[in-house]
Amino acid sequence: MPDTQPTLSKPATAAPATSSAQPSGEKITIRAHDFNAWYGAYHALQNITLNIPSQRVTSLIGPSGCGKSTFLRWINRMNDLVPNARAQGTLQLDQDDVLERNFDVVELRRRVGMVFQKPNPFPKSIYENIAFGPRLHKRFQRSDLDALVEQSLRAAAIWDEVKDRLHNSALGLSGGQQQRLCIARAIAVGPEVLLMDEPCSALDPRSTASVEALIRELRQTFTIVVVTHNMQQAARVSDLTAFFFEGKLIEAGATDGIFTNPKNKQTEDYVTGRFG
Amino acid sequence: MSALSMRTRRIVKNRAFLALCLLSTSVTILILALLIMSIMLQGSHFLFNSEAINAVFAHGELSQLTKVIRWEFLTNFASRFPQKAGIYAAVIGSIWVCAICALLALPLGIGTAIYLEEFAPKNRLTALIDFNIRNLAGVPSIVYGILGLTAFTRMFGFFGSDKNSALSFGPEDAWWHIQLPFGQGLLAGGLTLMLVVLPIVIISSREALRAVPASLRQASLAIGATPWQTASFITLPAAIPSILTGAILAMSRAMGEAAPLLVLGIPVFIANTPDNLTDNFTVLPFQIFNWAGRPQESFHQLAASAIVVLLVVLICFNGVAVYLRHKLRRPMA
Ligand SMILES: Nc1ncnc2c1ncn2[C@@H]1O[C@H](COP(=O)(O)OP(=O)(O)OP(=O)(O)O)[C@@H](O)[C@H]1O
Ligand SMILES: [Mg+2]
Repeated sequence: MPDTQPTLSKPATAAPATSSAQPSGEKITIRAHDFNAWYGAYHALQNITLNIPSQRVTSLIGPSGCGKSTFLRWINRMNDLVPNARAQGTLQLDQDDVLERNFDVVELRRRVGMVFQKPNPFPKSIYENIAFGPRLHKRFQRSDLDALVEQSLRAAAIWDEVKDRLHNSALGLSGGQQQRLCIARAIAVGPEVLLMDEPCSALDPRSTASVEALIRELRQTFTIVVVTHNMQQAARVSDLTAFFFEGKLIEAGATDGIFTNPKNKQTEDYVTGRFG
Repeated sequence: MSALSMRTRRIVKNRAFLALCLLSTSVTILILALLIMSIMLQGSHFLFNSEAINAVFAHGELSQLTKVIRWEFLTNFASRFPQKAGIYAAVIGSIWVCAICALLALPLGIGTAIYLEEFAPKNRLTALIDFNIRNLAGVPSIVYGILGLTAFTRMFGFFGSDKNSALSFGPEDAWWHIQLPFGQGLLAGGLTLMLVVLPIVIISSREALRAVPASLRQASLAIGATPWQTASFITLPAAIPSILTGAILAMSRAMGEAAPLLVLGIPVFIANTPDNLTDNFTVLPFQIFNWAGRPQESFHQLAASAIVVLLVVLICFNGVAVYLRHKLRRPMA
């Protein structure tokens, strides 16, 4: 019974899920259960059990190399591109088994958008950057497409900055603008989930602030999973936090709880900056 | 050793290295300049009209300006008499054979590159193919001539001899009239040159595709584009300027090749331009080779004139390549 489960639960090996601060009855979008991932013989993720609720921001934190990106990249199967990567266990998106061999990854990636660490707009116009995705999936009337582009850019809080130069190159935008454009591009195909892998790490403080504000805004529409190395950022933007360490999920729960009252010694050391 | 003397030594070393670089650069440029000058001197006799030059530059008769160049040299067929000889057939033949070569080699080569770079699994077989293509790029072009002779000119003897062809398609007077085997015709020449440039086109196109950042492919795949859509709408457009640059350089290689066509046995004296795809032709480098091999001084001068024309064409090709690289590679404004 998914609805009665705690929203975020600890791995089975740990103590009972006392950190589940979320009210039960919340809708779960992404559900990992005993999820394992390997690169060749290297066991990158071990028995991850984590539920990610819909329309919340969940941040994944942990020291470098602990497997945060690996987890993220399995959710939209971008790890298919890594030749020797494989995974086992349960990973579900709205009850659909993502890891199933013949799962339609194209459809999956339409439902699960991704924003990368470095802004990576296409070397095309701002308009084309947004219109590219929707056009892949459906034929559009010109006016509908225009409306969709505007709507996506508005949703990404960048419309006012670019509305007069939609047909200029996206590469002429600042880093922060480019990153918001990439978010708009992801939004344009109508996903339910947005995965963001350190979306602000290549940005200056002001751009970071604008992207963070945007993330908080988007929470109302999307389920957001964001990887970050910045504790303050995790505290600022996320509702829930999951702490990974050496391929294991150590602790997960409401962000407040994780930062002010961590149950686990390692979590406490990490969030207080004693290591990592 | 004191810090100061270390520093002096470093500066001296730096300067010496710089001087060495400058020296080698200037030697290269000097050699090139000498080459061009000597060819221009030898070639000017048949390229320029000394009377017209005199009229324009000494007497300021601008009306004679168009006569400065001896257009007959470009519009006459080859001849036993140097004064009447021209390179018309060779120029037309070169254009035809390069066009055929481009039409065959570019789609094939670029397509192969896209497959190998974007789709092929990385396994033993593709590693072997890669290794072979690299080796083929180093094979002397005359070897391809021998292959062309057997495969295209004679077609392994399957369709009778090339003098007495067994099969033909299309009306005799249509440009697309084709006979088998191809003999020394345009198709045989174009196909042979295709063999020469194909490895070059493949390698340069692959390098161009590889230079497209992986982050663009990821961005495209992550919004639900298929690998095919990613390759055709994102990767290929981003690589096109470099691919075209490589393609043009490959074509200038084809334009300058004489050896493989020599093996096919193409004629030098041709009194008409090709009528159809299997008609005989000759090319500029071969015309040059032939003239340069004759004992009379006048023919050497003719060869030099033809070299000047060939060089001008090649410089134009390279100029277009440089232009494309600078114009298109810059992210769209
Ligand atoms: N393509 C790959 N091939 C082999 N091993 C990999 C690959 N990608 C990641 N790994 C390994 O898997 C482990 C987890 O990597 P991952 O990128 O998920 O870490 P991360 O938590 O995102 O780290 P960071 O914070 O530095 O981004 C690391 O030890 C890494 O070396
Ligand atoms: Mg990472």
